[in-house]
Amino acid sequence: MALTAMSVLASDQPAVRIEPTNSVGPRPLEKQTETAVIRDYLESWSSLSSALEQNRADLLDADFVGTAKEKLAATVQEQTKLGIQTRYRDTSHDLQLVFYSPEGLSIQLLDTVEYDLQVLDHDKLQTTQHIRARYVAVLTPTEVRWKVRLFQAKPAE
Amino acid sequence: MKFRFSSLLVGLVLAVVQLALAQTSALRLPRTIEAGSKFSIQSSGSGKGILYIVGPGQVLRRNIQLGETTFFAPGDLPNAGHYLAVLVKESSTDTGAFDITAASQPATLSFLAKPSRLPVDLHDGISGVVYIFDTFHNLVLQPTQVSFQLSGVAGAGQIQTVTSHDGIAWTKMNSGAKEGAAQFIARTGNVSGIRMIQQVPGDPCSLRINARLSSQPSSGQRLKLETDPVRDCSGNAVPDGTIVTFTESYNGGESTVDVPVKQGVARTEMPAYNGARISVATGVVMGNEIRWGKE
Repeated sequence: MALTAMSVLASDQPAVRIEPTNSVGPRPLEKQTETAVIRDYLESWSSLSSALEQNRADLLDADFVGTAKEKLAATVQEQTKLGIQTRYRDTSHDLQLVFYSPEGLSIQLLDTVEYDLQVLDHDKLQTTQHIRARYVAVLTPTEVRWKVRLFQAKPAE
Repeated sequence: MKFRFSSLLVGLVLAVVQLALAQTSALRLPRTIEAGSKFSIQSSGSGKGILYIVGPGQVLRRNIQLGETTFFAPGDLPNAGHYLAVLVKESSTDTGAFDITAASQPATLSFLAKPSRLPVDLHDGISGVVYIFDTFHNLVLQPTQVSFQLSGVAGAGQIQTVTSHDGIAWTKMNSGAKEGAAQFIARTGNVSGIRMIQQVPGDPCSLRINARLSSQPSSGQRLKLETDPVRDCSGNAVPDGTIVTFTESYNGGESTVDVPVKQGVARTEMPAYNGARISVATGVVMGNEIRWGKE
C-alpha cells in the first residue's frame, strides 16, 4: 500500500500518514487545500484533548463548529457534572481524504487513529487504555481555517 | 447429521469469539448498539463497582452491583461513536469497547444545491450534495440509496439514484432547456429536501436587424433599426436589459449605439447615410449587416 509519511515532528507529536488521493469526488483538490485541511484537522485533536482534559468547552471554538462542537461541548458538560476528566493523546493518524464537495464547502476525511485514553474521576486515574479507532470527519471552511463540523467514529468493518 | 453438528459447533465458536472481542472477563457488553437504543452490560463478581462509559461524544458513570446486569434506557447513549467501558472494582479494573452506530433509518437530510441560479442547457451545471443523518444527528454511514430529481419546467425531469458513501451522496445534473424555476429534490425513504433552482436564459444565440426610414423627418433622414426577438440557443427570450450594440460605418467614420433589450427586442435610430453599413452585435454574437441606399 502506497502510504506517504508526512511528518513526525517531535516525539510527542503523532505520526501522520496520508493516503494518496486519486479522486475526492466532484471537485479537484489542490495541494494547498489538502495541506490546510490536514493541518487543521490534526490541530482539532489537540483542541479536543485540551477541552476534555480541562473540561473547558471554549477550547473547542478554534477548531470545531456545528454538530461536532455541540456534541463535544455536551461531553465537557457531562464530565464537569460527574467530576470526570479524560485525556486523549493521539499517537498516530492514517488519513484519507475521500470527498470534496462541488461547491468547495466541505471536505470529508477518514482517519484511522491510535490514541491513549486516560479516565480520571475526581483527579484519580481510573484507567489508561490504548485505542485504535476509525473516525469520519467533515470539515468546512471558515474565515481563516477549516473547522470540524462532523466528527464520528466509524465501527470496524 | 455430522455435518449439521459441525456447522452448529463452528457457529457457536464464532459467536463466542465475536462476543469476546467486546468484553473482558468481568464485563459482557454488546459489540455494537444502535444509537438511542436500550442496552445492558453484564458484570461478574460481587460487591460494588463503578462503571464508566467514555467517548468523545458522551460520558456516563454508574454505581453498580457486581454480578448484576446494568441496564441503559433508550436515549441514554444517542451519540454514535467508539466507547470505552471501564469497570472499576475495589482491587482491579476491567475494560471493554463497543461502538454506537447511527440509526439505520435516516431522519434528516442536509441538502446543499448549487447554484441557485444558472443559465439553461448547462451540462453538469447543477450539483447536489446530501448528508444523511439519523434522529440524533449522527451521520448514517451505512450505504443508503438517495434519489435526486430535477423537475418543474417543461419536458421530462431528470432522476438519478445514488448510493451514499460514509453518509454522503452527491450528483451533478444538467440545467433544463426552458427558463423558469425548477425543483431540485433529494429523497431517501420518507425523508426529502427541496431546493429551488432558477434557470435563466443563456447568451443570445443569433441576432438579426431590420431597417426602415423613420416617418418623422424632423432632423434629416434617419433609420429606424430593430432586432428580431433576441433568443438564446434553446429559444428562450433573453432578459430585458441585455445590451445590443448597433454600429454604423460611413465614409471612413464609425458610430455606435448601445441599446438594452426591451420586451425581447432592441430598437434605435441612426442617420440614414446613403451607402452606410450597419451591423449589430451582442456578447460574442454578430448579427447580419445592412447596407443602406447605394454608394
